[in-house]
Amino acid sequence: MSSADAVAGVLWVGVSLYAVFAGADFGAGFWGLVAGGGERGRRARELVDWAIGPVWEANHVWLIFVLVVLWTAFSEAFGSIFSTLFIPLSLAALGIVLRGSGFAFHHSARRLRGRLFAERLFGVSSLLTPFFLGTVIGAVASGRVPVGNAEGDPVTSWLNPLSLLVGVLFVATCAYLAAVFLVSDARRAEAPDLEEYFRARALGAALVAGGLAVAGILVMHADARYIYDGLTHEGLPLVILSGVCGLGALVLLRRAAPRGARPLAVGAVVAVVWGWGVAQYPYLLPQKLTVAAGAAPSATLTAVLIVFGAAVVLVLPALALLYTLVQRSMIEETEL
Amino acid sequence: MSNVLPIASALEAARSQMAFTLGFHIVLASLGVAFPAMMLIANYRGLRHDDADAMLLARRWSKVAAVTFAVGAVTGTVLSFEFGLLWPAFTAKFGEVFGILFAIEGIFFFLEAIFIAIYIFGWKRLPGWAHFWTGVPIVLSGIGGAFSVVAVNSWMNQPRGYTLSHGDVTKVEPLKVIFNPAVPYEVPHMLLAAYMVTGFLVASVYAVGMLRGRRDRLHRLGLLIPLTVAAIATPIQLGVGDTAARAIANDQPVKFAGMECVQHTSTHVTEYLGGRCTADGVKGGIGIPGLDSFLIGFSTDTKVTGLDSVPADDRPPANTMLHWAFDAMVGIGTALMGLALWLGLTWLRRRDIPRSHWFLRATAVSGVAAIAAMECGWIVTEVGRQPWVVYNVMRTENAATGASGVWVTFTVALLLYTVLGIATVVTLRTMARRWREEDSQDEDGGDEPYGPRPSAPAALSGGPG
Ligand code: HDD
Ligand code: HEM
Ligand code: HEM
Repeated sequence: MSSADAVAGVLWVGVSLYAVFAGADFGAGFWGLVAGGGERGRRARELVDWAIGPVWEANHVWLIFVLVVLWTAFSEAFGSIFSTLFIPLSLAALGIVLRGSGFAFHHSARRLRGRLFAERLFGVSSLLTPFFLGTVIGAVASGRVPVGNAEGDPVTSWLNPLSLLVGVLFVATCAYLAAVFLVSDARRAEAPDLEEYFRARALGAALVAGGLAVAGILVMHADARYIYDGLTHEGLPLVILSGVCGLGALVLLRRAAPRGARPLAVGAVVAVVWGWGVAQYPYLLPQKLTVAAGAAPSATLTAVLIVFGAAVVLVLPALALLYTLVQRSMIEETEL
Repeated sequence: MSNVLPIASALEAARSQMAFTLGFHIVLASLGVAFPAMMLIANYRGLRHDDADAMLLARRWSKVAAVTFAVGAVTGTVLSFEFGLLWPAFTAKFGEVFGILFAIEGIFFFLEAIFIAIYIFGWKRLPGWAHFWTGVPIVLSGIGGAFSVVAVNSWMNQPRGYTLSHGDVTKVEPLKVIFNPAVPYEVPHMLLAAYMVTGFLVASVYAVGMLRGRRDRLHRLGLLIPLTVAAIATPIQLGVGDTAARAIANDQPVKFAGMECVQHTSTHVTEYLGGRCTADGVKGGIGIPGLDSFLIGFSTDTKVTGLDSVPADDRPPANTMLHWAFDAMVGIGTALMGLALWLGLTWLRRRDIPRSHWFLRATAVSGVAAIAAMECGWIVTEVGRQPWVVYNVMRTENAATGASGVWVTFTVALLLYTVLGIATVVTLRTMARRWREEDSQDEDGGDEPYGPRPSAPAALSGGPG
């Protein structure tokens, strides 16, 4: 394996972690948005709040990680993607600003009238960001991003059936992951009614996401043949693994055994992320720019790998500490 | 004029958006770098000397930091996007060089985000000293993070450690990139600026409170801790700034000529305070003959490079603005030095802050002044580097995106950040008002720190089943 491949692997680790952690986070925002008024809705929203609180920030650093690795190791691909897909990426950034602000203010301004507005904002932007990031992935996968500064079509590159479908799929996947996570959070908070509430939603979201995934593969057959071929050949084991995990999670959820459902749901998402990576390999931009051709000089790649090693040594224990403290309720939301 | 307020192409929009979003982020970033240190000083005092007021300050400051940190993270994420959205050609070409520094920064961001979450949300349940120690990594990673980002900017000023062939980067030497020649003065200068901005800003809040008659111990301590930190940073900052100016005169002589309005390369160059830069020298302003030469070489015989050393379109725009920005930074720095001395001397004489109302008034404006100095410094650095994004290597016009629509995103950014800024201030003021009410009722809102650990959030469990 070349060091370019190794860095691509690092990038993919980052993408997977972002998909899981931020995905669950976006999804939680989604459930907060659709929880509605009334006593039940209020308590569901409270659970969402309580669960996201301390880990919100850390989850989102994964996006920074992905962006930085991409622009450092594969600068040309980064420049090409960000210039051609200026519109959806600007909208995703807008979503991130709105979401972060909504979060910052609804936590601190408890007694402000703006609280409800901030919550709405948080929910809506939880939809925006994954949707537009999905359209970006759809555009890249279907080979609509040529190499160069804004060389691709600024509109049709991401406003096409495949991109839109992937966008919706992202939202559904986030909702699914979040619901599964919230089932365990509700158990931790000793709120059996909410456990039931989110179990039903997890099942529903699983069916929607699964259906969209199948539809996506069909559209790829027509529109992103390279990826389709990859997914049905080299990537097939991972696609199957993802399906098995997804189904397994469904079964466990129905049996009210949420403990195993969580890793399985994560597995389903991670497997599909890697399936996509394998399908796209050796291309960064399918059929336009390969990993090898797009990679930075070797000293840079080595530096990225060293930094990644340092991150594993330094950041993982710290993250483990954070999540452990959260799981043991040693740290939690207080009134600001 | 069109150089000062560019209103034509995507390039100008991109420059305006970058300047605006960076100028916004840097204020929150400064708080992110330096506020945790002040929090910990108060926390340490609280634990060590069983000082309830200091403890209360630490807790309240950490709640303020929760808000400013979130806004800082949001605006920082936008900046990361902007490297692609606004400057894809710059990043596509040199990302593989300067990106290493951002990768290092990633580690610090992670650690900072993780430990700030633990610290902010850990008040209730963690044991006192353990909680204190979870704050220490925040301070260290703030310094490390600032080093990494600012070093990127230093690299843009003094690009080193790469080889170009046929316009492509073919070889990178990471250590030369990381420790480029501008790092030794730019990084400390920015770190000190962060401590000054935060120190004076926090102190100014308490100074306003004291001017309004709230002269309890809490306010005194709230003023004294940050103001002391800032007062220590200020003289060092002036020294570092002076070193920076001399280094610039040497390494980026055209930037220096721009900010000092030196038209022709010569010796015995006059230093002007204020005035208007024109092609035939400075109009108005106070001139001190020979001082400019003296400042950069300790002798009036020192030769100063003038703008005429390079063709007209390699010179920075808006020289008058550059010159004023530089003078404003130095002027404010000097004034803040006066404030620091006032505090220091009074403290040495009678272990107390100066009693004069004027001291409180000066402190009350010092926060805004420090921010102004910092923004001016960045204008000098960034506008002074123009027309280059990478000094003498890549022009800004070749760095910008080919996408259209930057005017739209710039407009949205203007509106959004205005609302964001207002919301931040309103939120913080609401928190402050609530705390004042608590103080006057002499109660604590029931959240004593370091208490026992309940089993589940009371609001959630045992609801309707
Ligand atoms: C509280 C803020 C503050 C104060 C009081 C000062 N500065 Fe400053 N200055 C900054 C905050 C700042 C800054 C915003 O942080 C900059 C922008 C880039 C950098 O590294 O620091 C800066 C840049 C900057 C530069 C340009 C560096 C470059 O282009 O690379 C010079 C020459 C100076 N400063 C010189 C001074 C002098 C001579 C000062 C006082 C005697 C001074 N500064 C006080
Ligand atoms: C360390 C961090 C920073 C980096 C890496 C950075 C990078 C950049 C880049 C890439 C540009 C666009 C290209 C150019 O105009 O040269 C730019 C422009 C600019 N930045 Fe910075 N910047 C940093 C910090 C700041 C801060 C904190 C400010 C605060 C105000 C600032 C003010 C500006 C301004 C005013 C411009 C526009 C200059 C012009 O085009 O006339 N920068 N910066
Ligand atoms: C172009 C320049 C810059 C970029 C791309 C950038 C990027 C970012 C990003 C992505 C974050 C969010 C990290 C998180 O989620 O925790 C952030 C926050 C932060 N940035 Fe910047 N930044 C820039 C300039 C600066 C400068 C000049 C400083 C200098 C001192 C700085 C210091 C910080 C700090 C301390 C934080 C932590 C959040 C906070 O406390 O507000 N950044 N920045």
